[in-house]
Amino acid sequence: MATFFGEVLSAYSRAVEEDEDDLDENEEDEQIRRELEEKREVHLHWSPEVSESLRSGNKLQCSDFILAVGHNAASFLSAYVLSSSNWEPVGRASAWNERSRAVTGQNGEESACVFYRHKDDQSALICQVTAYIAEDQLFQWTEKVFDCLQHRRLIVTVLSDGSVADYKMADYLCSSSAPFMRSLHTSAFGDQPVCPSLEQPNIVTGLPAAVLNHCQVHHIAAIVYQCYSDVTGPDSVTMETYKPALTKLGRSIQLDPSPSTDILRKFARPTDIQSNLYI
Amino acid sequence: MFISSQDSAASFRDFTLIMPAVAVGNVGQLSVDLIVSTLNMRRVGYIHTDCLIPMAGNNPYTTCKEDAKELHTPAEVYATPGLKLAVLQIRAPVIQTKSKKFRQLLISWIKASGFSRTVVLSSSYAYQRDDQQLQGTSLRYLVTPSLLKMSADVLKELGWREMERVSAFPGLTDGNSEPRLVIPGGGFTKGLYTDSCTEDLPLAVLLLFCSEGDNIPDAFTLINHLNDWLHLLDSQEPNKWKIPTSWNLLFGSGIPPALF
Repeated sequence: MATFFGEVLSAYSRAVEEDEDDLDENEEDEQIRRELEEKREVHLHWSPEVSESLRSGNKLQCSDFILAVGHNAASFLSAYVLSSSNWEPVGRASAWNERSRAVTGQNGEESACVFYRHKDDQSALICQVTAYIAEDQLFQWTEKVFDCLQHRRLIVTVLSDGSVADYKMADYLCSSSAPFMRSLHTSAFGDQPVCPSLEQPNIVTGLPAAVLNHCQVHHIAAIVYQCYSDVTGPDSVTMETYKPALTKLGRSIQLDPSPSTDILRKFARPTDIQSNLYI
Repeated sequence: MFISSQDSAASFRDFTLIMPAVAVGNVGQLSVDLIVSTLNMRRVGYIHTDCLIPMAGNNPYTTCKEDAKELHTPAEVYATPGLKLAVLQIRAPVIQTKSKKFRQLLISWIKASGFSRTVVLSSSYAYQRDDQQLQGTSLRYLVTPSLLKMSADVLKELGWREMERVSAFPGLTDGNSEPRLVIPGGGFTKGLYTDSCTEDLPLAVLLLFCSEGDNIPDAFTLINHLNDWLHLLDSQEPNKWKIPTSWNLLFGSGIPPALF
């Protein structure tokens, strides 16, 4: 469409991308499309013990699945729960997409999505996701992970980072109230959330949403604690906001109520200066 | 695929299905929101699929504190058995590479459920109208041959304007360019319509030419147009549609006072 100044802008819609006509693809196009789809597949890599168990038809017998999505959520779990040496990694998920950093000689997504289990008590499974999972991979990730878990009396808790800029409310929120948490849970979740429920018209997207959709449809008790923060990087104040969310969980999730400054410093890195143009 | 949210399986035999297309201005989806909200329809199931971008939120049609904390997913089916009406609401964009798969999923669900007719509410870019389409009403309709057999008289009486076929290069009198159906900005509308013609499904498309912006008036225009045909609401007074709570703050939070 043309504007008043004579330049031609391509109009776009917030709702819909231009629908491609179903052109007859030649074989080469189809092959490229297939290969791309295969490359974008989500893969789960479990430890030998877990793989063996899954192969013989036994799902992971956990009753608490805690998923941390985002750097603050993941760092919170690292500092407050996983810093005790009783947790061991039992698997990881890899999902290649356009935002995966190509690190030569090393699988870039190795540390980006890891599953941990307590050495002595297998009732809790923790997963930290710091990688970007693309929109077309979210459903697959969720299906594959939940396929490995037993569903009876399973309670899923998701800790998710959010930006206060995405939070809508009628009265303008002054930044001193951030960070704060809001919860969203499935119909099967019977317990009392530790923070207010997410008000209309706010929604949850991404991996937490995919998990909630799956759990809602399959009658699994699940709750998402979305933490809205005004800081983009890992930050100790934001991490601490998640504390109440884990107080209701079983004995296996031993929360270290006040981790040492050294541990916190390790995870709350100051944000790297992107550019010094305006300093 | 369709998963019932109730203990007993829902039956949709001989029901009318109304569904939106994810299209420019989200007009179809806004109109469907008005139907569900006004008729106080109950959710009967989910369309659980990998074709839509995941999202989740609390009850968008909440009227009181008690029903506020109910989780809702990107594609849900609502029904009012008394009116033999079912409504599919789609709340998220269709993943681009999965558009065809989604259409196939819808077609097979519509067939399996035994809907007597399906109405798709959609929209198309206003700026891409040709000279002919610029004149008169901005509302159009399409029907599959199967539905035309049933509803020819009603449609004639309503005096609606059928969506025109446009030539690929307007103005050029080249014999090669056959006028064809295009619905720019309509998402899967055209695909769903052509697939339904092939599968001999009774399906109608109601669409509106519009642009992005505040599309609430467009939603009202479309829904009143549909009401002329289906008579979902008896009342004749103008502001009879109930706006759901999820329409609050469509354009963002309140303004910070420090801005001034």
